[in-house]
Amino acid sequence: MKSEPAGNGAGPVVTAHEISRRYGEGDTAVDALAGLSLDIEPGKLTAVMGPSGSGKSTLMHILAALDSPTSGYVTIAGTRLGQLSDKDVTKIRRQHIGFIFQFFNLLPMLTAEENIVLPLSLAGEKPDNAFLGDLIKRVGLADRLTHRPSELSGGQQQRVAIARALVSRPTVVFADEPTGNLDSKTGGEILELLQESVENYGQSMVMVTHEARAAAAAARILFLADGRIVKDLGGAGEEEILNTIHEVTLA
Amino acid sequence: MIRVALKGLAGRKFRAALTALAIVLGVAMVSGTFVLTDTIDKAFDSIFVESYANTDAAISGKAPDISFEGDTAETPAVSATLLERVRELDGVEAATGTVIDETATKILKPNGKAINTNGAPSFGFGLDPAQSQFNPLKLVDGTWPSAADEVVIDAGTADEQKYGVGDTVRIGTLKPVRPFRVTGIAQYGSVSSLGSATFAVFTIPTAQELLEREGQFDAISVAAADGVTPEQLVSTIEPILPSTAQVRTGLEQAEDDASEISEFTSFIRYFLLAFGGVALFVGAFVIFNTMSITVAQRTRELATLRTIGASRGQIRRAVLLEALVIGVVASVIGFALGIGLAYGLDWLFGVLNLDLPTTDMIIATRTVVVAFLIGIVITVLAAFVPSMRATRIPPILAVREGAELPKGRFSRFSPYVAGALIVISLLLLARSMFTDELDIGDRLLTMALGVLLLFIGVAMISPKLVRPLAAVVGVPGEKLAGVSGFLARRNTLRNPGRTASTAAALMIGLALVTFVSVLANGMKESNRGAIEDQISADFVVTSQDGYTPFVAGAGEAASGVAGVELATSVRSELGKVAGTDKYVTGIEPDKIRSVYNFDWAEGSDDTLATLGSDGAILDKGFAEDEKLAVGDRFELLSGSGRAANLTVKGLYKPPPFYPLLGSVSISKERFDTLYDRPRNQFTFINVPGDPDAAREKPLAAALASFPDAKVLTRESWIQKQDKEFNQFLIMLYVLLALSVIISIFGMINTLALAVFERTRELGMLRAVGMTRWQARVMIGSESVITALIGAALGLPLGMFLAAMVTRALEQYEVRYAVPLAPLLIFALIAVLVGLVAAIMPARRAARLNVLQALQYE
Repeated sequence: MKSEPAGNGAGPVVTAHEISRRYGEGDTAVDALAGLSLDIEPGKLTAVMGPSGSGKSTLMHILAALDSPTSGYVTIAGTRLGQLSDKDVTKIRRQHIGFIFQFFNLLPMLTAEENIVLPLSLAGEKPDNAFLGDLIKRVGLADRLTHRPSELSGGQQQRVAIARALVSRPTVVFADEPTGNLDSKTGGEILELLQESVENYGQSMVMVTHEARAAAAAARILFLADGRIVKDLGGAGEEEILNTIHEVTLA
Repeated sequence: MIRVALKGLAGRKFRAALTALAIVLGVAMVSGTFVLTDTIDKAFDSIFVESYANTDAAISGKAPDISFEGDTAETPAVSATLLERVRELDGVEAATGTVIDETATKILKPNGKAINTNGAPSFGFGLDPAQSQFNPLKLVDGTWPSAADEVVIDAGTADEQKYGVGDTVRIGTLKPVRPFRVTGIAQYGSVSSLGSATFAVFTIPTAQELLEREGQFDAISVAAADGVTPEQLVSTIEPILPSTAQVRTGLEQAEDDASEISEFTSFIRYFLLAFGGVALFVGAFVIFNTMSITVAQRTRELATLRTIGASRGQIRRAVLLEALVIGVVASVIGFALGIGLAYGLDWLFGVLNLDLPTTDMIIATRTVVVAFLIGIVITVLAAFVPSMRATRIPPILAVREGAELPKGRFSRFSPYVAGALIVISLLLLARSMFTDELDIGDRLLTMALGVLLLFIGVAMISPKLVRPLAAVVGVPGEKLAGVSGFLARRNTLRNPGRTASTAAALMIGLALVTFVSVLANGMKESNRGAIEDQISADFVVTSQDGYTPFVAGAGEAASGVAGVELATSVRSELGKVAGTDKYVTGIEPDKIRSVYNFDWAEGSDDTLATLGSDGAILDKGFAEDEKLAVGDRFELLSGSGRAANLTVKGLYKPPPFYPLLGSVSISKERFDTLYDRPRNQFTFINVPGDPDAAREKPLAAALASFPDAKVLTRESWIQKQDKEFNQFLIMLYVLLALSVIISIFGMINTLALAVFERTRELGMLRAVGMTRWQARVMIGSESVITALIGAALGLPLGMFLAAMVTRALEQYEVRYAVPLAPLLIFALIAVLVGLVAAIMPARRAARLNVLQALQYE
């Protein structure tokens, strides 16, 4: 039996220390992140919002070890990223990170079930059948397991992707615009599913989104502008979020 | 539109280059073949033209018109007295007689072994240096021989064996080996290399003695006086000639000699062109495949072009234009490479001791035209189906993500078309193999077309076979490579058509190597069986090359060795038997039964005793063809022009694959009266006890004076022939390797395109925990599985073709024996091919930047 997601106790699951990220050099250099510090708390859904160019995608890529900061550093489950080799980064991804993408990114030649257990297969681990059964039931795919992605609707594909992100019970799941490619009804269902996962499994999750409705599902909402956190709300309604965006954009 | 096409091509230089390579090698093979064979032809032409440069008329013996399987009867000599009579004729300016022998003269290497010319002539000449205008040879060093112990040798031999003027060389002829002092080094006219051929020039009396032409010449060359045309000269000479001699103008003689050779070079030409054809065929597969994938990947780009107003025709032309450019570039490179390849092939023949004479490279206009024509036409043809596919891309795909290309109107018929192709190909193969009345060219063409269609048919049907085959050949990969192997197998199933046609390119090469391997193995077994069935002798004496008859004296020398229990020689020459050209053998009736097992159809070993001087025993098959039965009489005309009336005494059935005796066997005594300078095909020897080294040694020592002959045990005789088979096989393998290499380019292309296409997917895999190594292994396994599918299709196909040819050769009793080791090696080679093809794409997949890959569209 695998232990509960790490860091479910007191400390933050992901931390960022004074991270900045500069693209390009000299006159054309752009600072996507400018000395940003941040703790992601365990067992919560954290939303990251901001206008395009605010640095929210860059932030997520750096937190998820896909990109490295120009200065500052990130820790995941207490491990400091940075000088790690590709092998070690891969290990951290396997143990601590789950991904949900805007475009689902399923493997077309695998069935839904094979896609779900892929992270475990890659790590050479056997799935915990009780947990897997429960997970599949919760994401509502019990009768779709042998289907290929091309035989599934967009919402169903994203459910497969969510199950894939949760299957290894990672320290933190990063969701990049998870409803961005879905109609509003399906998007709503997916958001509910994400919320439930956080509640049922105590799963820590970071979601980047530009939809106020999606952010409203989060327990904490970070607003980014010009590479900094300009507002940190402990949950908010859609209206308040829209107002805050307005404020932030005008500031 | 043209700009779009060219820009697109420029943007994909590497891929275009890889695609072009597929056709480059085929073009190179074809142009290289033409250059090489033209050069050889030119070399021979100049040999003959120079030989007869100052000869207005050439007199030679008139051989009966007898030829069998490429051998012709030896030309008889003319009397030396004829030379004096010719010189006295009006209109004759000068005349000279020469002694020429093509086989008996063997120059020894410093280590005492004879130089093996592998079937090329080893000339022995007797020339009159005073009549230099007739002499085709040019001294490069020293002087012509003037004494009985002097010789001039060819520059090639002098070079290779490090013989110089003043050195002593040992030379064997029809007489035992003698030492000669080298007085000069010569070459044939302006031809620097005679290939594997050698020559030794003696004084005329010496040559006459050594080559058993006492009082005779092989040829008389005549120059006309001023104002006399060659034709007039010929008609002046004709009346004084005996019936056994003939005269022709020098030009006629040169053309006649050259035509024999050009038959030989055109055989080499077609032989090599066949491999060029295979390479081009495989190349066409690769181009077809690459262009198809490229079109599929450019769906959005092409659809966008449609939305902004490009017509279907424009799209099609853009794709074809791309192919045209690739074809032109490939032809240019292929042609240049072909010239290099001509040297390479020359070298390959050299390595196999089949050196051919050469002069400067000949690059004919025809070669250039053919090289460009095939390079361009094949590339454009291969791109035709992909270009049609491109026209089916609807504009809507410009805006819709990841939609599949609509299927063509006719695609649902493709399994039927494939089936029909296979049926037609089998009919063609059956026609080529099992109908009797076809001539050889027709037969080969029908067979080639049949095999071609069979490959296309199997390739078309193979997408349906990819799934089951991948399930089988993917198992070891999954066991070894775990999840990477599992993903790899699934990847090969994503687009079975693509996997199938990639594998099909490799299938062709593997099918052909399997075919030759299985067939050759069957032949080796048949050969061994035939020898073991016929021969019970302990030792056999043959010539160095094993098939040219050797000096009779060698057989006698071996027979005289102390401790020999029994020795018997078998003479062999061509003869006209009841009007049909066949080999005739002379046997010793009282001895042959101890070493040769006759499988009597009529008669028994006792029949041999009744042979007498006019009895003959016949191959039963031949006797049936000629409707001859025991007791019938028939006429035999010897190659030396003498006739005999013979009676059929018995019939026997030799193994048809390798009958060691001729169709007609007569007593050796009678044979020697019918043929001048009779020579042995074999001398068989029995010793008491085992044929061990102690028994062999004195025999070899006795043969030391006859460098052309060698003694072998029955087993080592068989093994030597196996070795020769293997050598030929290796040459076939090398030539077929070309098509395997081309299919590697195809696999690299497909994999590289697949990696490119799945960039985002690879990013995702890495993001959810795939290591670089796992990514590499995944691509590598995919490649190996594809290659193994090629092997799984190719090996059985090759075995099937071999079975079919074996069946067609039933009358020769060729066995069908599948050699396991080579087939296993071919499967291993397929794995290797897969691994090699994956190196670059796998590295690319592993090195992908995860973040960039994820954002890739």
